[in-house]
Amino acid sequence: MSQQTVLNATHRAAGARMVDFGGWDMPIHYGSQVDEHHQVRRDVGMFDVSHMTVIDLHGARTRDFLRRLLANSVDKLKVQGKALYSCMLNEEGGVIDDLIVYFLGEDFFRIVSNASTRDKDMAWIEKVAADFGVRVVERPELALIAMQGPNARAAVLAQVAESDRAAIEALGKFVAVDAKGTQGEALFVARTGYTGEDGFEIVLPQEHAVALWNHLAEAGVKPAGLGARDTLRLEAGMNLYGQDMDETVSPLEAALGWTIGFDEGRDFIGRAALEAQKAAGVPRRMVGLLLEDKGILRHGQRVVTAAGDGEILSGTFAPTLGVSIAFARIPAGEPGEVGVDIRGRIVPARIVKYPFVRDGKPVE
Amino acid sequence: MSEIPGDLKFQRSHEWARLEEGGRVTVGISFHAQDQLGDVVYVELPTVGDHFEQGAGCAVVESVKAASDIYAPVSGTVIAINEALADAPETINADPWGEGWLFALKIDDAAQLDGLLGPDDYAQAVEEDAH
Repeated sequence: MSQQTVLNATHRAAGARMVDFGGWDMPIHYGSQVDEHHQVRRDVGMFDVSHMTVIDLHGARTRDFLRRLLANSVDKLKVQGKALYSCMLNEEGGVIDDLIVYFLGEDFFRIVSNASTRDKDMAWIEKVAADFGVRVVERPELALIAMQGPNARAAVLAQVAESDRAAIEALGKFVAVDAKGTQGEALFVARTGYTGEDGFEIVLPQEHAVALWNHLAEAGVKPAGLGARDTLRLEAGMNLYGQDMDETVSPLEAALGWTIGFDEGRDFIGRAALEAQKAAGVPRRMVGLLLEDKGILRHGQRVVTAAGDGEILSGTFAPTLGVSIAFARIPAGEPGEVGVDIRGRIVPARIVKYPFVRDGKPVE
Repeated sequence: MSEIPGDLKFQRSHEWARLEEGGRVTVGISFHAQDQLGDVVYVELPTVGDHFEQGAGCAVVESVKAASDIYAPVSGTVIAINEALADAPETINADPWGEGWLFALKIDDAAQLDGLLGPDDYAQAVEEDAH
């Protein structure tokens, strides 16, 4: 039996097509995945992401613990409320999960990580935390709603108490703040997301989630499913755990080198393996691909390069661009002309820089 | 569920076939099939003159979500393809029984149609799939 978020019945009543996503019964779309994609790029859409894992960390040595646990440097977090994207690695440098960590106080940090990795994340975090006396508290009673798109700010402002509006209006990117809803309920409002648009993610007690969702809907915010979330994030050049990287892949092979903090003397888990890989030469790299011909790039297709074969990781039709795009992992070295094996036919593709789409507009 | 036109025959794999004049059989996918696929964004069609045996893969319909093989409902030679789909593949979602047709075959043996499902049997098969 798959798990359900508190909004499950609401999605079904709205005519959502439900699918299993990492053990959760979630809406893939509410009619048209492509329309929902455009809705977010052009206006605003809301996503139920309550399946994601919220973990609170308490204790005097929490920062010290995160210096050990995370590949990115938690010392970049200096201002309360600030968030950081990071990978959590095993000793071999493979990615256990990617996550966002929020600095809420020297003795209080919050992690939001993926849904399908919940059990192994919790086990790993608790194991490492034991050495630091950090208390690890999962928060399954919290719901998470993301509002994304150029008009997300106005949509969110209408749902917070008058006294908190100035603070939300001034909220910087990748920063979170506590606020109150219009009914006085406690909201944790973060200016984060997974679409490449401006947007907010609100964490709140699940007993208030249906009311907030309905208020947003009444205000004209349309729901969007996980299908649109996937095409939006790929256009925005964001990795998906399990598809673009996993425990057999180092962040250096997943175009996530920018998220590793090699600060002097910080002994994070996986550091030695990453340094050894850098010294020996990273054998594979992740690139963006664009298909100029007709056809759709899909996960698992073979990528032919002068340096050897690679494979498509995330691949899809990009609604904003009207063509297919993908992430591919290919051998290091000069790739030359690149082709993708689509049902036995080698179709030419072009390596392109990504994000493919920024602020609603194609980058190329 | 959209009403199924009474003159269609179906394969279990959701292709429909309509016998027209001169042994021409037009082929498309059902309302149920396009609904399952979601937004269709690309269609790969056969070439006029290609010959297919019944059940052979002869086209691909791709939605944002997935690629779906289309199998020839009867044996025959391709005599027409729906070229409008190249620029407007979403027509398959909007009108699967009509403007969203895929291709037409000249049927080898009209008796083969008798082996396909009628509208009621197909509707029942879809119903069973849902349970």
